Parts: sequence; structure tokens; C-alpha cells
Amino acid sequence: MNRLTRGCGRLIAVLACLLCTQQAARADLFGGLFAASKPLHVEVADPYIELHTGAGRGYPVFHVEERGAWIEILKRKTDWFKVRTARGKQGWVARAQLERTLTPLGTPMQIAEATQKQFAFHRWEAGAIGGDFEGADVMSIYGGFSLTPKFSLELSWSKIFARFSSGEMADASLNIHPFPEWRFSPFFALGTGVINSNPDTTLVQESDRTDQLAHVGLGLRVYLTRRFIFRVQYKNYVIFQSTDDNQEINEWKAGFAVFF
Amino acid sequence: MESRICRIFLSCCLWPALAPLALPLSADAADPEQVVRPEIQRRDINQADIDTEDFEIGGFFGVMNVEDFGTNPVYGLRLSYHVTENLFTEAAYGHTNTSETSFERLSGSAQLLSGDDRKLDYLNLSLGYNLLPGEAFFGTRYAFTSDFYLIAGAGGTRFAGEDNFTWNFGFGYKLLLNDWLALRIDARDHIFSLDLLGDSQTNHNLEFTGGVSLFF
Repeated sequence: MNRLTRGCGRLIAVLACLLCTQQAARADLFGGLFAASKPLHVEVADPYIELHTGAGRGYPVFHVEERGAWIEILKRKTDWFKVRTARGKQGWVARAQLERTLTPLGTPMQIAEATQKQFAFHRWEAGAIGGDFEGADVMSIYGGFSLTPKFSLELSWSKIFARFSSGEMADASLNIHPFPEWRFSPFFALGTGVINSNPDTTLVQESDRTDQLAHVGLGLRVYLTRRFIFRVQYKNYVIFQSTDDNQEINEWKAGFAVFF
Repeated sequence: MESRICRIFLSCCLWPALAPLALPLSADAADPEQVVRPEIQRRDINQADIDTEDFEIGGFFGVMNVEDFGTNPVYGLRLSYHVTENLFTEAAYGHTNTSETSFERLSGSAQLLSGDDRKLDYLNLSLGYNLLPGEAFFGTRYAFTSDFYLIAGAGGTRFAGEDNFTWNFGFGYKLLLNDWLALRIDARDHIFSLDLLGDSQTNHNLEFTGGVSLFF
């Protein structure tokens, strides 16, 4: 009996421990999502710093902090930082102003920012592009990974909308960027994939079909601002059809992407 | 020998007790000119510690008119990424059930569509521009930041057994209740061509929704 009670006690203790750690983990998760984990303080070095009511130029300035005041950085939205003054006022400061503050070490506050230099060599890229697929409309999403500044791998998924049918295409390609440091950076692509076409059920009675394809292409990536890219490209596809001769398709697309 | 052991023992005991007193004295002695800021400890700024809230996720509910097929409730989800204070990209998914056309109701038995063909799903990717940032006031005590934005994009719509390329454009208004919670109202036109009766017809489908979104 005594052993049983002791066993039960132990079980309860273990469960309580588990619950505690779970709750701690949950608190940590929400803390990580919605709040800064450590308070960061900086000292105003300019004659003054302006606090806006919202994260944007258009929101009015409602408070200024003078040189020498310490402010706490709470969070960031795009290029704006929410700060709290020593007296507890909270407002949004532009990145350009926050960069003219001093850290506790007395050094200027450096804020890592996506620039054209990062554009020249970024690891990840994701975007959406659409256009014309030999007379049909096409819409694609893609994700890319850069191996080196000059080589990247890309996976894309496309939806093709033709007059009496629609289709999906999955495609992998190796892209070569000969001039990654240019603002208007050209690229060449070489790849392979599959295409699946399904006729509209209301009009045509024909079965679905999946074929292999290969492509070559060229395009241009234009660095716009922050993490934003405009992209235009041409690709020439050869579809290896099981029923017929090979089909050749010209595709023109334009769209936008972000990089990380 | 005994006194030596005693000295070692005493120094072992006393050293930890005296060390805190001794250290600041020696530091002061070494650099008497240093300006001391007692409230600040030596900390480095780690930017990864700054919580970035550039993503927004939300749900919406409202009404959507599908040309010829009536006006019906619509609901969906959207995910946005704010690239700059002005520009944002957005992916949205919506679902609605359409009702019978006037022709179907008048004719009695004739049905143009059946079952799942009557359901409409759309998925689109859009680019938005925050045109009019501002503040809205509720009574004398509360002020909320707000945004009026224009949005346009492209995507696909599945309706009547067809997948159709769809343009969308519209506008919206966003009211930020706090840093991470916003109320949104949106008006959108979805434009696609439908080949239902053999010839292609351009459809304008208007949608009005309200929703809640979270920044993270």
C-alpha cells in the first residue's frame, strides 16, 4: 500500500514536472513570437530622435527624445523600430534615425539591412511570376537556393490555364548568374520537370496526361528595394510526348520575389 | 610549519570574503579617470533579439457575387509579407458556394452545374500599396493607426469544373488595434473568363469581406 502511494506520488510529481516544462516552453514560444527576448537599450546621439505613432513616414510625430536619453528597442516592422523611453512613452523610430544612436559600448548602432550587396549573394529566394505559355495563361511560384553567387538551384510549380484545359507543371532548374553584383542581373537557366494536363470536364471528354519536359531559358533580375526583386524571363520548353512528336513551347513571364 | 599551515588556511578562508571589496578598489586605483555609468552593464546589441513582425496572417468572412450565380457567403485565409512600410505581398485563399442562376430557377428542372462544380475556390498572389496611412479616433480617449491600401494581383479560380486564370484588384482599410492585431475590410473584383456555354465570357465577381489579422 505504502509502495503504491509512493509510486502514485512519483507519477504525479513527474506529470507536474512535464506540465511545468510544457507551459514554460509555450510561454517561451509566445514570448519569442510576440515580444523581444532581451531588453536592448541605446543612447540618443543626434540632437533629438522622433517618435511616430505608427510604423511609417505618414504617421505623425508625437514625441521627441533629446541627446543623451536612453531608449529601449521593443520590436521591428519593416524599417521601423518600436521604442520605449525612460518615461514609458512608446513610439516608432525610423531606421535611419536609430542608426545614429549609441549602444551601451559607446559604438554606433549598426542595423543589418538587406542591400544590393546582399542581393549579389543571398541564400534563399521565393517569388511569384506569371505570363504567357504559348497562348495560355501561366502562374508560377518558385523557391531558389544559391550554392555560390553565380549558381542557384530553383524549384517551381506552375498552373497553366488554357482555353479548354488546365495543367500543372513542376520544374527544377540550375540557374547561372554571370554578373550577380549588377543591379540588373541577367541569368541563364537549364532544367527539367513534368507537366500534367487535364481537359475541362464540362466540354471535352479526354483523360489526363503526364509528360516529361526539359527547358532552357534566360532572364533578368532587378534589385528594387530592401528584399524585393523584379524578375522577367523567357523559357523554351520541349515536352516529350508519349503519343506524338515532341512539342515545343515558348513561355514569357514577369513577377516579383523576395530574398533572405 | 604550524604557522605556515595556519596562514594558508586563513588566506583560503578570507580571500573569498575580501575579494569583492578588493576588486573595485584595485580597478579604481588602476583607472581613476574612467567615467562610471553604474546603471549600464556591459552588453552588446544582438539584432537577432529584436522581434521582427513583418508577416501578417488572417482570416476573412463576407459576401461574394459570382456573375449569374448569385451572391453568397465567402470565407478564407490570407498571409502577407510587408516588404517596406508601403509595399506588401499577399497570398489569399477563398471559398464560396454559388446558388442557382435565374434561368435554372425559371426553367424548373434544367441544371447548368451539379454538385462540386457549384463550389468556387480561388487562390491568388497580390501586391499591395499602403496609400493613405493615418489615425482614426474613437471618442476622446482612443486613437488607432490605420491604413488605406490598393491591391492587385493574379491567381487561379476553380469553378464549374474549370481552372481559370484570374486577375484581381481592389482596395482595403486596415485598423490596427495594437501592434500585432488588426481589423480589415476589403473590396475586391475577381476577373476571369468562363467557357460554360461554349463561348468565352469575361466575368466580374465582386467580393466584400471583413477580417482579423495577426502580425508575427
